Amino acid sequence: MKANDSISLKGLPVRRPPVLNRFLSSTPVSVVIYCFIVGAILYSSFTGAQSMGYNWQWYQIPKYIYSYTEDGFQFGELMLGLWKTITLSFSAFLLAMGIGLLVALLRLSGLIIGTKVAICFLEFVRNVPLLVLVYLFYYVLGPVFKYDRYTASILCLAVYHSALISEILRAGINAVAQGQWEAAKSIGMNKTQMYRYIILPQSIRFMLPPMTGEVVHMVKSSAIVSVIAVAELTTLGQNIISDTYMAFEIWFTIAIIYMIVILILSIGASQVEKRYTVTN
Amino acid sequence: MPNELPIIEFESVDKFYGKFHALKNVSISVNPGERMVICGPSGSGKSTLIRCINGLESHNSGKLTVDGVEVFEGSKNIIKLRQEIGMVFQQFNLFPHLTVLENLTIGPIKVRKISKSESEVMARKYLERVHIPEQAEKYPAELSGGQQQRVAIARSLCMESKILLFDEPTSALDPEMINEVLDVMVELAESGMTMVCVTHEMGFARKVADTMVFMDEGKIIEVAPPEKFFSKPDSNRCREFLEQILEH
Repeated sequence: MKANDSISLKGLPVRRPPVLNRFLSSTPVSVVIYCFIVGAILYSSFTGAQSMGYNWQWYQIPKYIYSYTEDGFQFGELMLGLWKTITLSFSAFLLAMGIGLLVALLRLSGLIIGTKVAICFLEFVRNVPLLVLVYLFYYVLGPVFKYDRYTASILCLAVYHSALISEILRAGINAVAQGQWEAAKSIGMNKTQMYRYIILPQSIRFMLPPMTGEVVHMVKSSAIVSVIAVAELTTLGQNIISDTYMAFEIWFTIAIIYMIVILILSIGASQVEKRYTVTN
Repeated sequence: MPNELPIIEFESVDKFYGKFHALKNVSISVNPGERMVICGPSGSGKSTLIRCINGLESHNSGKLTVDGVEVFEGSKNIIKLRQEIGMVFQQFNLFPHLTVLENLTIGPIKVRKISKSESEVMARKYLERVHIPEQAEKYPAELSGGQQQRVAIARSLCMESKILLFDEPTSALDPEMINEVLDVMVELAESGMTMVCVTHEMGFARKVADTMVFMDEGKIIEVAPPEKFFSKPDSNRCREFLEQILEH
């Protein structure tokens, strides 16, 4: 039956989709629908705030981003917070890469004890909420090992993300064909040389896409350390709000700042990925 | 040279994959400069045998000595020993992220610690020898299968090893590319290199082999010089096998 149908359809032009579908998916109609939805959201939040008697003070916001006084140009509080967020995420990511590589290699080592240790670590980190980890690192391990809240936040984020990073590294290493190991062995390379010259360079292109996702995730989850009052973007936002009661404006601003930073990161990451596909 | 010591010697070697008995009490030796061709049906243990020689597989019992060094699982000497043993794989296994020239020089530079310029001179010499000097700057993916396999041979030669192992080097090639690889292998054989070769290319075997080996079900059934091997082998199993593959 089916074969007959396809034969009888041979040579006929592809049937056009129904009129309603064509109308709804045409460009001008899509733009109108999009504008309508966005407009409705903005309008309802504006009228909602209005009916609460909310006093919008957008003019106050720029001074928290930058100020220009007789002392010259100065970054505002939010920008200082952003800088802290970036340095915090960056150092935590470097540390997470280190721990992640160690855990991945332990797991791939083939030593029974190494594999077991790595799996215990992964299961612990994966099955504990990030917020609890933050409290653990600050209120429990902090006093024991005598480190401050900034160190606690770096350690906590690094440990949390190292679990995922180690899985990304392991998957990338395993994605390299078995024959590459054998070829590297057969020219007399030792394990370090195999990883360094043959396996890791090839696994980078497998790791890059999930790894950039992990960087973005890191920047976003860094907001959680505001619960132990590390002076990063979210914490400073909270402080400003408790001084000024401008909750709406500040949270909108902070959301937009995060969004801009992460968009820049994503665009940079896709550039890097493109370069890697070309050279391979 | 009858009183020369064998360069590869298997003494009652057994190998298991789980319950599967892959090599059964294998004893065989290869003298320096000898060209040995191993054939047999698939699953007969010929690849396992050849992969034991450079420790890609490790045997479970018996004794295997290569170039005066005993090979066993976890041996520290195996990494050093592998520099003396080149290996050519069925699937070429070139390094796809490196150019042809880098594929050839990475061993000499990183493992043998020879200077970059010196290794490049050597690499170009061996590329000349496998008849593709003009492909040095390309990546492996840009070459045909036959060219890739010749690069793989040149890579083994660059390590200036004493022994060359070939594990079905022409099985993954298109028919019209088999000869260009076999020609290179014949030239190598004529230069007096010790070669152990798993292949079903009987024309090649007849031309270069000093010793023919037939394996079946993990056992060595027949060891004979090619004249005897092809005309009147001792075992029936071997005769049947040869009839099968020589028919075509």
